[in-house]
Amino acid sequence: MVKPGKNSIQGEGLRAPVIRIGLLQWAKTNLFNGVLNSILTIATLFLLYKVVPPFVRWAFIDSLWFSSAEQCRAGSGACWSIIPANIRFIIFGFYPHELHWRPLVAMIMLVALLFYSKNRDHWRPSLGYIWIAGLSTMGILMRGGLFGLTPVDSDKWGGLPLTLMLSFFGMFAAYPLGVLLALGRRSKMPAVKTICVLYIELIRGVPLISLLFMSAVLFPLFFPEGLTVNKIIRAQAAIILFTAAYIAEVVRGGLQAITRGQYEAAESLGLNYVQKMRLIVLPQALKIVIPPTVGILISAFKDTSLVVIIALYDVLKTTKSALANPSWMGFSPEAYLFVALIYFVCCFSMSNYSRRLEKELHT
Amino acid sequence: MKKGNPVISSDHTTEGATWINDPKIRAILYQIAVLGFVGLLGYYLFSNTTENLKRQSIATGFGFLNKEASFEVGESLISYSAADPYIRALLVGALNTIKVAFVGIVLTIILGTFLGIARLSKNWLVSKLAAVYIEVMQDIPILLQLFFWYSFFYDILPSPGEALEPLSGVFMSNRGLVIAVPEWHPAYQYVAMAFVAGSIAVYFMRRWARRRQEQTGQPFPVFTLSIGIMIVLPAVTWLLAGAPLTMSVPELDGFNFKGGLNMSPEFAALLLGLVLYTAAFVAEIVRAGIQAVSKGQTEAAMAIGLKPGQVLSLVILPQALRVIIPPLTSQMLNLTKNSSLAVAIGFPDFVSVASTTINQTGQAIEGISLIMLVYLCFSLLTSLFMNWYNKKMALVER
Repeated sequence: MVKPGKNSIQGEGLRAPVIRIGLLQWAKTNLFNGVLNSILTIATLFLLYKVVPPFVRWAFIDSLWFSSAEQCRAGSGACWSIIPANIRFIIFGFYPHELHWRPLVAMIMLVALLFYSKNRDHWRPSLGYIWIAGLSTMGILMRGGLFGLTPVDSDKWGGLPLTLMLSFFGMFAAYPLGVLLALGRRSKMPAVKTICVLYIELIRGVPLISLLFMSAVLFPLFFPEGLTVNKIIRAQAAIILFTAAYIAEVVRGGLQAITRGQYEAAESLGLNYVQKMRLIVLPQALKIVIPPTVGILISAFKDTSLVVIIALYDVLKTTKSALANPSWMGFSPEAYLFVALIYFVCCFSMSNYSRRLEKELHT
Repeated sequence: MKKGNPVISSDHTTEGATWINDPKIRAILYQIAVLGFVGLLGYYLFSNTTENLKRQSIATGFGFLNKEASFEVGESLISYSAADPYIRALLVGALNTIKVAFVGIVLTIILGTFLGIARLSKNWLVSKLAAVYIEVMQDIPILLQLFFWYSFFYDILPSPGEALEPLSGVFMSNRGLVIAVPEWHPAYQYVAMAFVAGSIAVYFMRRWARRRQEQTGQPFPVFTLSIGIMIVLPAVTWLLAGAPLTMSVPELDGFNFKGGLNMSPEFAALLLGLVLYTAAFVAEIVRAGIQAVSKGQTEAAMAIGLKPGQVLSLVILPQALRVIIPPLTSQMLNLTKNSSLAVAIGFPDFVSVASTTINQTGQAIEGISLIMLVYLCFSLLTSLFMNWYNKKMALVER
């Protein structure tokens, strides 16, 4: 048998000729095409020369990595030693020292789950159950009290696990609420529609911090005497209420993108409202809005840092507390750069993934 | 009617279907159920709250607004002392929020536009640097950036005695940012008046020129003339007033600077953080807006003989702005809302003053409602503007 299309033009089509250009030619077309661009390039290079070498000298050449605070004060470079000296406090907060493996395992599970969900071949209904099981296991690991694990009071939770928990649990709980709100906003029933519109616009109009204040001082007033809800749960509730309004707006965009014909076809098949939404409209609408939903996850992740203001020990607050220690005082740029790196790595990989997904889903 | 032809009518009820299957009645029932649920929830929360307030003997109502605040506010645009009532303290906070939001929005638009254009530059180095800036700034929480700039002012910068002077007339120290500004002279009042008069003249000239062009087809050099009027008129006034040139240069006096425009470290850190963070988002919006205008539009405009300036102002900008303005307004609103993080670095904005008020009076419900109300007003004004703009700019299609 003849292998088809090996040499035939019709089979494969002609490839565009490869143009090889040298470094000099590349620089000429990209950096020095025209007088203005040449001036711009030289000015930028000069600026970089002024900024980058001193920074590299500070951050890498003159820096100390595993020294004491006193040695740091004598040196002229960055004092990265503040990170290894306080790493366990920054990452885990006040969680009991000998039990640090539990939040660590929970975080590894979360990362593994995220990596597993990254592949679109794994997007089956069972993935939802895997996530529910995973999140519950993480909750048990953090909380203890079951299977012979020592219970850890949630007042002691802190650091990176708290940040991740607030953003991921927040996202998972806010999603169904947001979808309901979006459906309500598109509803033909005036009372339902008004309530949903009021809720969404009210929440989107105020800063998250006012909701967090509300969770800190008002929520205790809302419940009958004797019923006290933990501070972290209250902040989590505020984040859920906040995120849901934003998800609702994104989902509404998806619902609007579904053509009328789809609704009419579903109705003519005799499906009722729930069936129509569950089987026809939502699967299509939610697929369209996957990329912006990742965008909301990113901002929810960044926004959890606001719990610092109501004195919860998330990763930013633990860093600030480490800096309040007199011996490490004054090394804030190093510590903040480290936390910024954590946030950057997380957000960058998420936004990169969302961009790739957008491309894949469009084709 | 022929036999076997199905009769379809709206008020026809088939066997077995009762009133409960009527969609209209169902809709009413559903709505009653939802309203009842929301009402019950509201009643439950309300009754609990009133009970708790009574039990903890917390006062209610806005009577506290007229009581003496007895706390100092770090900086203020209007005169304020601790003896003033709470309402004045809150006003000071609101004005501070407006101040930081206004200055921040102006600077953000300038920096964001610059970055967005740099991102599209044909110069590889400039474009890549802008891309890195945009990506990094978007991925770091604003609160962390604010903390960073705050510690930058307090931990890193030297005392005013050894203040850094990155540009001549700009001094940075742990007492804040001081900038040299022209010294006040009565002439500036007239210059400002001349500018306003020029702007009004330009507005009417544009209307007239537009009408004339629509009637006769004769173009009028509006842009050049507008620039001329708006610059020349104030400049002439300035010259006539004797061309005052004295600058108020900051000078070290004891432990701090005297003269010039003085910004506290808190204000400078807040402004710097908000502007650098939001500008990254604005840059993406500007880039998308410019890219949304296809190349064919430019080519077509050039083909019908428009000059490059006209291509930009008549063809590209109107189309790009239609894409840019809506997300831009929402970013400006975000900046205003994010300015509430001032409370974390001790700048007395509205939220920070309100939270002090809550701590002193214990009236959290009123305090938080005030915070929400003020920000809702900002949002409402913004969305009113947006609706007006969208209506004005909407494509008129055949």
